[in-house]
Amino acid sequence: MAKGILVFAEQRDGKIKKVTYELLSASKKIANQLGEEVSAVLVGKGVSALANGLGEYGADKVYVIENDALENYTTDAYTNVVADLVKQNEPTAFLLGCSITGRDLAAQVAQRLDTGLLTDCINVAVENGQIVFTRPIYAGKAIITATIPEARPVMATIRPNVLPVDEPQAGKSAEVINVSANVGSIRTTVKDVIRQVSARPELTEADVIVSGGRGMKGPENFKLLEDLADVLGAAVGASRAAVDAGWVPQSIQVGQTGKTVSPNLYLAAGISGAIQHLAGMSSSKIIVAVNKDAEANIFKSADYGVVGDLFEVLPVLTQEIKKLKA
Amino acid sequence: MKIVALVKQTFDSEAKIALEGGKINRQGISLIMNPYDEYAVEEALKLKEKHGGEVTVVTVGPDEATEAVRQALAMGADQSILVNPGTEDIDEYTTAKILAKAVSGLEYDLIIGGFRAIDDGSAQVAGRVAEILNLPVVNMVTKLEVDGGKAIATSDIEGGSAVMEVPLPAVITAQKGLNEPRYPSMKGIMQAKKKPLKKIGLSDLGLDASQVAAKVKVLSYSLPPARAAGKIIPGEPAEAAAALAKALREEAKII
Amino acid sequence: MNFKLTEEQELLRKTVRDFAENEIGPKAAEMDEKEDYDWSLWDKMAEMGLTGIVFPEKYGGAGMDYISYALATEELARVDASSSVVIAAHTSLCSWPIYAFGNEEQKQRFLVPLAEGKKLGALGLTEPSAGSDAGAVKLSAVPDGNDYILNGTKTFITNGGKGDIYVVVVSTDKAKKHRGTAAFVVEKDTPGFTFGKKEHKLGIRASYTYELIFENCRVPKENMLGSDGEGFKIAMATLDGGRISIAAQAVGIAQGAYEQALAYSKIREQFGRPISANQGIQWMLADMHTRIEAARLLTLHSAYLRDAGQSHTKESAMAKLYAAECSMWVTVKAVQIFGGYGYSREYPVERMMRDAKITEIYEGTSEVQRIVIANNILR
Repeated sequence: MAKGILVFAEQRDGKIKKVTYELLSASKKIANQLGEEVSAVLVGKGVSALANGLGEYGADKVYVIENDALENYTTDAYTNVVADLVKQNEPTAFLLGCSITGRDLAAQVAQRLDTGLLTDCINVAVENGQIVFTRPIYAGKAIITATIPEARPVMATIRPNVLPVDEPQAGKSAEVINVSANVGSIRTTVKDVIRQVSARPELTEADVIVSGGRGMKGPENFKLLEDLADVLGAAVGASRAAVDAGWVPQSIQVGQTGKTVSPNLYLAAGISGAIQHLAGMSSSKIIVAVNKDAEANIFKSADYGVVGDLFEVLPVLTQEIKKLKA
Repeated sequence: MKIVALVKQTFDSEAKIALEGGKINRQGISLIMNPYDEYAVEEALKLKEKHGGEVTVVTVGPDEATEAVRQALAMGADQSILVNPGTEDIDEYTTAKILAKAVSGLEYDLIIGGFRAIDDGSAQVAGRVAEILNLPVVNMVTKLEVDGGKAIATSDIEGGSAVMEVPLPAVITAQKGLNEPRYPSMKGIMQAKKKPLKKIGLSDLGLDASQVAAKVKVLSYSLPPARAAGKIIPGEPAEAAAALAKALREEAKII
Repeated sequence: MNFKLTEEQELLRKTVRDFAENEIGPKAAEMDEKEDYDWSLWDKMAEMGLTGIVFPEKYGGAGMDYISYALATEELARVDASSSVVIAAHTSLCSWPIYAFGNEEQKQRFLVPLAEGKKLGALGLTEPSAGSDAGAVKLSAVPDGNDYILNGTKTFITNGGKGDIYVVVVSTDKAKKHRGTAAFVVEKDTPGFTFGKKEHKLGIRASYTYELIFENCRVPKENMLGSDGEGFKIAMATLDGGRISIAAQAVGIAQGAYEQALAYSKIREQFGRPISANQGIQWMLADMHTRIEAARLLTLHSAYLRDAGQSHTKESAMAKLYAAECSMWVTVKAVQIFGGYGYSREYPVERMMRDAKITEIYEGTSEVQRIVIANNILR
């Protein structure tokens, strides 16, 4: 008999990813309505110390799967151990963050369990006893609500930074259950890992993002954005135009063919606001646009707009914010 | 080497989405090959040019998806299979089951597809195909080399990238940056009409609809609430920038 | 009747549209501003086979029909008229007469590299005092042993200066007027063949327009297309086909301007609503759309007749006349819809308006097209 909501507790380098807390908070709400409990699965090497903290965010149980072979994410090993755990516990739903890892793992596990999977959801709720997910399609130009009526578990990945995190209940602990791992054979070998060293937050997790487009006119001018990012503690993003021009790496592209972000504040400088860009950032809470073209499409989506030369606006903005924050 | 490229026909990214009778109105929407699948086809063709062999394009979709397949053939793919599932009520599970069945009837060293489609953006079909065929998968690949029964793939991972080695056959999904897809040449367009394009249905694969029935049920379609245009902060650039900083602090309370 | 494009024609249209929007579009304004063409685009067009669409594969072409050629030309012009001019002058005015009137050896030597895009072609027909009156060419070719000696100048030559291969219409016997003409293929760097000044133009500014100067330029007899006396005939047949590509170019410019104006009318707000809510704008857009569609049908019909091997002199003239005038009219309206912004180089419609004008002039002015049409219906 299926029971409970299971959350994939994503961690990297010994730190729980924020989306895990978002998942737990959301799961707690639906579990309460369904009269079920919330559990989490934590996978890695030397991660058991992280398990208890998950209780404060709403996990009743935490399954810990530890193994040397699980230190870094591999599709094969993680699929094997997570799918086994899900099979044994038969949860009603299994939720993951829509990160690179979560998306990769979810597809494999869903297929192994012969179930459905809704990707990149922005809301989850209970309606008529069913868990209903909301997700954008066609690059955010339409929204669907959908369920998985029969197959179990119901599976979904949830877009990071969209759902709220409830205040943690200090001292609340979770039942920690160590699960022996049958890692199985890992067919891929990691030859090298290239980490992007950046003191700034990751785009998909950042609360504030400052992005530049064609109007930045050249790679050297991204310094203006970096200065602003420094005072805001923001991540730096870019539009496709800036990436295609070779000014900045593809890894910071926001939009349909780049990353989908939902920060509290998104500042678009010299970005015209093509639909492909909006697809990646329109779920941001506050959008600010700086563009010298008063007709630029971006102003239609912006909460605040400044029509003016970004080369004049950005330095002043950086100084003013520095003053306010001082 | 024998390469299978998985492609999907999608709405043009510029398409304006409207609802009709509670569903997406497909009327007048121009259709394109999913851009990520273009990367996949291009990579397959480059591998073929380097190592010899052939490229087979496989798609699941209505008959009109022929256009996307023809484009792949015009780019240089050798043959193609279009499986029409006979219903629009399909999900990623359905598509993956059909693709895997169609591919299992072919010889292949490598299966390559886009890492996601720009319409539903679900990024799971290729991974599911790998699982069904019991093949290793490397997603979001930005660099690929094939050498002696194995592939070396650079893929996006959290916070960076990883270089992975994987034995063939394997499933690879293409991320932007892998290559610059070629435009079909005029000669290619002319030759495409002479290349095999096999149109089949579920029964030709020995499948019946119940075996591939969708797991996901869509309850409703809606359009996102329009973002209300906000306010333009007036004044000279410096003046406006100062006012903006103040508004973000005091009004939006966000910094 | 069947108005449906074939699957190949649809794919070609889509392919050229994508190429034009992605590769040419971002450069169009700058090329216009600098009055210079980015020849890396030529290499890309050659790679795609846009440089020899209508010629058989054995001559390095794609073996497509004229409808395909017209579609490709329209799609290039929709984004950048100069690019369509480069292709049209190369294909219709240089490669085609070699294909139609050249012998096998000439086709192998000249047509194959032209169609493959390894060489760029041009036609030397117009002279300072022989424009529409092509029979009045003065550039003289005097036999000398196995060669001819060319003397004189050609003016307003599209692809001049950059072109590698020129079809040059000459007079071999002034007394016989147009029956005393011939067409030669002359290669760049032939001694005695130089370029004069580059023209600075109102529109299609990225395309090269040069004066050709022949001073005792020795060209072997084997470079003559057809036979002596056929120069005028070759020129006229060439222009018949050329008119289809100019018509397609005019349709493309108009379509590009119309789409810009349509999109702008929906986003530009005045008095609290988009200007497209005003009937005055709506009627302009409706008329633009209707005229473009009519021009396109005339153009594709003349291409269809050519593909069917039927006479299309009148139809090509009608298509070119109507499409050119449509293009001018539509682009003027597009600038009007954009208002002050339309007059600014920030937006592409003013470029399109400047580009449109030439379609009423070259390869036979609108007045000459009317003469051709009248001659056909009155005879």
